[in-house]
Amino acid sequence: MKMHGGRDFVRHMPGSTQTFKKGESFWRIVHVDPWLLLALLILTGTGLSILYSASGTSEFMIKRQIIFFSIAYIGMFAIAQCPVNFLERSGKWLYVFGIVLLILVLLIGVGAKGAQRWLSLGFIRFQPAEILKLAMPLCVAAYLGSRALPPKLKHIGGCLALVALPALLIFKQPDLGTAILVTASGLIALFLAGLSWRYILGSLLLVVVASWPMWNFVMHDYQKQRVLTLLNPEADRLGSGWNIIQSKTAIGSGGLEGKGWMQGTQSQLDFLPESHTDFIIAVLAEEFGLKGVVLLLSLYGIIVARGLMIAWRAQNHFGRLLAGSVTLTFFVYVFVNVGMVSGILPVVGVPLPLVSLGGTSLVTLMAGFGLLMAVATEPKKTQTQT
Amino acid sequence: MPALGKHHRHSTIANEGHQRRIIQWRLLVAFLGVVVLLGVLVTRFYLLQIKQHQNFVTLSDRNRIQVQPVAPTRGLIYDRNGILLADNRPSYRLSVIPERVKNLDALFIELNKIIDVSPSDIDRFKKLKNRARAPYQPTPLKLDLSPEEIAKISVNEYRLPGVEVEAELVRYYPYGELLAHTIGYVGRINERELKAFDEDTKKDYSATFSIGKIGLEKQYERALLGAVGSRFLETNAHGRALRELEREAPEPGRDLHLHLDLHLQKAAYEALTGWRGAVVAIDVKTGGVLAMASSPSFDPNLFVTGISYTDYNALNSSKDLPLYNRTIQAQYPPGSTLKPILGLGGLETGLISAHTRINDPGFYQLAEGERLYRDWKKWGHGKHVDLHQAITESCDTFFYELAVRLGIDNMHPIGAHFGLGQHTGIDVPNERSGLWPSRQWKKKHRRQPWYPGDSLNVSIGQGDVLTTPLQLAVMTATFASQGQRFEPHLVKQLGKQKIEKKGVDIVSASRENWAYVNKAMESVVHGLRGTAKGINKGLSYRVAGKTGTAQVVGIAQDTDYDRDKISQRNWDHALFIAFAPADAPEIALAVVIENGEHGSSAAAPVARSVFDSWFDIEAARKAKMHSSQKISTRHPAKADFMVSEVNQ
Repeated sequence: MKMHGGRDFVRHMPGSTQTFKKGESFWRIVHVDPWLLLALLILTGTGLSILYSASGTSEFMIKRQIIFFSIAYIGMFAIAQCPVNFLERSGKWLYVFGIVLLILVLLIGVGAKGAQRWLSLGFIRFQPAEILKLAMPLCVAAYLGSRALPPKLKHIGGCLALVALPALLIFKQPDLGTAILVTASGLIALFLAGLSWRYILGSLLLVVVASWPMWNFVMHDYQKQRVLTLLNPEADRLGSGWNIIQSKTAIGSGGLEGKGWMQGTQSQLDFLPESHTDFIIAVLAEEFGLKGVVLLLSLYGIIVARGLMIAWRAQNHFGRLLAGSVTLTFFVYVFVNVGMVSGILPVVGVPLPLVSLGGTSLVTLMAGFGLLMAVATEPKKTQTQT
Repeated sequence: MPALGKHHRHSTIANEGHQRRIIQWRLLVAFLGVVVLLGVLVTRFYLLQIKQHQNFVTLSDRNRIQVQPVAPTRGLIYDRNGILLADNRPSYRLSVIPERVKNLDALFIELNKIIDVSPSDIDRFKKLKNRARAPYQPTPLKLDLSPEEIAKISVNEYRLPGVEVEAELVRYYPYGELLAHTIGYVGRINERELKAFDEDTKKDYSATFSIGKIGLEKQYERALLGAVGSRFLETNAHGRALRELEREAPEPGRDLHLHLDLHLQKAAYEALTGWRGAVVAIDVKTGGVLAMASSPSFDPNLFVTGISYTDYNALNSSKDLPLYNRTIQAQYPPGSTLKPILGLGGLETGLISAHTRINDPGFYQLAEGERLYRDWKKWGHGKHVDLHQAITESCDTFFYELAVRLGIDNMHPIGAHFGLGQHTGIDVPNERSGLWPSRQWKKKHRRQPWYPGDSLNVSIGQGDVLTTPLQLAVMTATFASQGQRFEPHLVKQLGKQKIEKKGVDIVSASRENWAYVNKAMESVVHGLRGTAKGINKGLSYRVAGKTGTAQVVGIAQDTDYDRDKISQRNWDHALFIAFAPADAPEIALAVVIENGEHGSSAAAPVARSVFDSWFDIEAARKAKMHSSQKISTRHPAKADFMVSEVNQ
């Protein structure tokens, strides 16, 4: 592992036309992207204040969230220090490790509410699916990045196999939300690698065409019912419809200005279910109104934009694909959650990243940003080679 | 080509640049996609939060704000001296909030281990639960808990979610059976009453479980009820009320102030002890009802929170009919109590005069050889019976003669002017009208012509004639006031509104004729041969009255009434009407004693007790006024000071 001091770095590049500003070099030394860090800190702070209200001023929850954030930030900084080529090499091992654990989950996992998602190590329980959230973009980016772009059909096939295996294992737990996110991170990398539009449109068409015989001849009535409920939760007013009706009521009654911090009646009086986890943006929308929502979405937009910029500037395909995949997966997180809470997407159980109460998911999310920072601050060593 | 892929780092600059641009191009596409999707989200929130804002505000308020009705306090009922006759007392009931209970039947079993919950309680609860009601509103299960039951529930409350002990005000009648028929009682609203409610009425009773069933409680139900209030409660998703946002106070029901005098009522009711009968006393000057007693009676408090089946059955099946309000529902032949007004009518028509005298051999015959109409006195009242004597001694033969002279067409209007055969219009429901027959009535209802003999029967208050005790009292009061007939009424003041009834009829007669009949009635009590002279011992005031005896069963021609041969329930009814003081009447009354046989011996003493009580009360009132005057004159300085202050 090579560690570069700032001076060494300059000394090693005497002929370079690029000179670095002093500040920039400092951030490169510590492997931190300052703009991304700033945006993340603002988001974290905002998230904590919303959570404080959503949890009914529960100090316990806030303390717990702060502890996880601390671990997550430390994890982010640690990962940011890793050289990019080390990340590229280790991706596949992390992937294999993750797959093994996922199989173990299905065999000896523990869980609740009919889902078997955790591995218990006696003193600690964790979700192996979280590992795949990191392993998937790493592995796919490495796989595609080391090959000619756009990918050839057999590499596309290999890539799809890499995506499908963990996705099915996670789906089987069942954990639809994580399965979608893991799949998304793999497919996004494939997309960024230049997957032909013909394939993209073709497969979309295939899905549409295949769904008709699936619906009519393969699926049982109860399965159809489940899909219908998923697509239109409001039909089931007392079940999952209840959640979505209450969350829409919370959002809509917030109006432009909102009811004020900790003044949301839907959330404070417990009408809004899951208000501190998946449905937390409804709390924000109720208490801070459309203004608050737009600000929060802007913050997410800034983070995504910064991530894409890092991908744009990355020095190799692996870095570009990794940064792009991590960033866009983060956005999928946001879009699926916000879309679900506001009733335009089915309820699939995806938390609002960095705002919802979470444990390991916070750590993996921040680890993802660690990957971004590692890419962003990679020393420009390959310039002479090109 | 795969070899090339493996060694991409050695690819040409051009190739590398091309591949980088592929990714960068895709990044750009993705960025645009992100912008578009963010736009979709913002649009979605704009639609929800701005366009449909009002809709969702309504939904959100409907979620959290619960409107609970608040029961108004029922108006109180006072007697003329401000004594409380119908009070509200706190009562504790066991209520269940159905929404908080998962398994109601399991709860009932659990509750039954602690206190006694009867199947009828559960039945009623289920009916109430299915009534339209606000969610999370407690529904009564068991009413009127004893202190012991309250304690048992409190101890176990922690493990009985959704069970509450609620306080409510329920009616209490401190004088119980004394006023049961007149004031009536409230009881739980039943299914039939509920069905009759329109939407507005349902709202008015949304927090009230009782309704007036009989008597004044029924008549003045709407005034006594008041107006329902409401509380706007903020509740959480679990239905727990967190705070009161707003309160619209209920408007308490209006109080009733009665003409009725409790002491007089007590005297009347106690005088009836042991009899079946009724007393009605009326204030001559206003038509206000001073006492209205029906015997036997019952305890109205039994009905307030729901009477038990055994209690109700006992009352309902009693031969003495305690639930029956004899003052307005029982119809008796008035007997000789009609004689004064018929005599007055005779004088007014000029068909008889003060000097008309008849021979009374003890019977009357319409024509030779026809049936005999007997006088109550076998050998008659003498050869020169005038109207005075005929009233004083209650001579039937004289009135037979009068009936023949007047004919029914003259007799009918006389009784009608005194209110016979019509509802008096008293402010107590379920009054009956009695029967005052006429030629038209007989034709219509009996399909028979009027026979002269019918007039004879009517003249002594027999035959088809029926009157309620109240009607007799109204007749007497009308007579006492020399022709002012009022609608009798119990309520003097409703809330702050004074109720004054105008006279409904004026019976005009000459001063001499009033005085003549008045004197005759006075001698019924005070005369040596008066039929009610038995009550005049020690009288400090003058009473004018008339006794009456009404046959319960017809006595066959040529047979005598023999009490030993007929069962007690068929003995004659005894009646007495009277007013006092005779020269300046204040109070008029009617007494009916069922199977009391003689007005003189059974009914008149009851009247005496009531009068005595009245004049004692009056004397006490006068004494009090007198003494208070004395006190004020004892402090002239103070009085002067007050005057001077007023002058300023």
